[in-house]
Amino acid sequence: MNVLVYIETAEGKLKKSATEVLSYGKVIAKNSGGTLTALAIGDLTTDEQGKAGRFGADKVLHVTNDKLKQFINQAYASVVAEAAKQNNASVVIISNTFNGKAMAPRVAVKLKAGMVDGAVGLPDLSNGFKVRTSAFSGKAFADIELTSAIKVITVAPNSFKAEENQSAGTVETFSASVADSDFTAMVKEIVKASDKISLPEAEIVVSAGRGLKGPENWGMIEELATLLGAATACSKPVSDAHWRPHSEHVGQTGLAISPNLYIAIGISGAIQHLAGVSSSKTIVVINKDPEAPFFKAADYGIVGDAFEVVPKLIDEVKKFKAANG
Amino acid sequence: MKILVCISHVPDTTTKISFTADNKSIATSGIQYIINPYDEIALTRALELTEKSGGTVTVINVGDASTDATLRKALAIGATDAVRIDANPANASFVATQIADYASKNSFDLILTGRESIDYNGSQVAAMVGELLNIPSVSIVKSLEVADKTVTLEREIEGGKEVISCPTPLVASATEGMAEPRIPNMRGIMSARTKPLQVVAAIATETYQQLAGYDKPAPRTQVKLIDASNVKALVDALHTEAKVI
Repeated sequence: MNVLVYIETAEGKLKKSATEVLSYGKVIAKNSGGTLTALAIGDLTTDEQGKAGRFGADKVLHVTNDKLKQFINQAYASVVAEAAKQNNASVVIISNTFNGKAMAPRVAVKLKAGMVDGAVGLPDLSNGFKVRTSAFSGKAFADIELTSAIKVITVAPNSFKAEENQSAGTVETFSASVADSDFTAMVKEIVKASDKISLPEAEIVVSAGRGLKGPENWGMIEELATLLGAATACSKPVSDAHWRPHSEHVGQTGLAISPNLYIAIGISGAIQHLAGVSSSKTIVVINKDPEAPFFKAADYGIVGDAFEVVPKLIDEVKKFKAANG
Repeated sequence: MKILVCISHVPDTTTKISFTADNKSIATSGIQYIINPYDEIALTRALELTEKSGGTVTVINVGDASTDATLRKALAIGATDAVRIDANPANASFVATQIADYASKNSFDLILTGRESIDYNGSQVAAMVGELLNIPSVSIVKSLEVADKTVTLEREIEGGKEVISCPTPLVASATEGMAEPRIPNMRGIMSARTKPLQVVAAIATETYQQLAGYDKPAPRTQVKLIDASNVKALVDALHTEAKVI
């Protein structure tokens, strides 16, 4: 099967999620005797085009149309669908990021494709084409069988490990035709909240809850996160009280994330919170209440007051970093 | 302004999920159903907009008769009327096709959904409806203002937000921040009983996918407790055992 992967870029570079979908697509193409084409829209340096090859692309299509410098889901979906048709792709893969979520369903409609979003594993090709995704906010998995000729999959960030040194891809310019009607919505402004690590893509997340008692106490959470190269997150009561922005809220009605390490501090672990984080690979819980339900869902736990344990943890991480570079 | 709000009927957030013997549907006994929380945000914003500058708010759901209670709740919160497409909401593509068909016959200025449903966690319907109607769609919107016939939306992106300007008609999916859901009052609940709830037959669609089955994640192994006086042991375990730092 020929596979087309849309690779997201930021400031001329591949995003981490892009390297993951490249490697994901490569396995499908390899196992089914097809080729992998990667499509990038907008700035992408020559070095980064080469990197797309190393992560699995046999061919990199680069769209440099000035009208497409900024992401507009309607226009980008048109370009992806056109590239899929021209390259006879029967599988189209997109990261399940904010932009991926905004464009992939439009691609599926254009291609009359069945679609699975937030895939957590490779498709099972042994009998049909089945893709596993999480359902009921991490309380279950759903296996979806796609029966359409073309299939669209969005892959959950951090759920598939990118592998470099696979091949060297060729690079071509792809000139896409876009209709004016695709630009009805216009981007007025992009507001960067900060240069902090993106929460959905973060490998380590430090999260805190009501146990922190107030927004003024987040300094130690930020410090621990910076030391670990982690993103910060919070529980629902914290964002509801406006101690932290809604964009940091993880849980059933917030973001669902699956980092390698999730450190929960002063969060009791209500079922709604667990739903958003239960697919994290390793979970550490720090809570003064030994009966907190979160301990049952954790790999490591410390029963203790956050205001005593977290400063100690910061010290230990500093020592560890000093010893291990 | 004429607004359509898409309502999903989902198990309450505190529900423990179990499946039928064939693992193909959830065991519904004892489950409390609610309006999908994000759809409730969308509904509230729609009501705020029409209360300020006039118009109607129609709520729509694709489902069987058991979802009528959820639609009545939306009417109690303040929607003008309700529509139920009488069919099993098998997947996002099916639901979007039904909603787009109804919308194409009733010309709305604004179509709102939640950012995702908390049962299947799909976030496909808004963008699919936009594509089917060939109008813009803006996903995961935390602020939506209308001035004249121009809508200004703030959309969540990694590490920030994007401000988008778009003429009506358009589709947008709501997330936290767009509005604070309200609790229906007695007058709303009483009047909901007599508001129109129209049941419409589904149109034929192509089938692109089917559910093969559900599975439960493997339970985590027993937690390893580390003494609060020995935090170093945690750092060591994360490095040598879990290999995550």
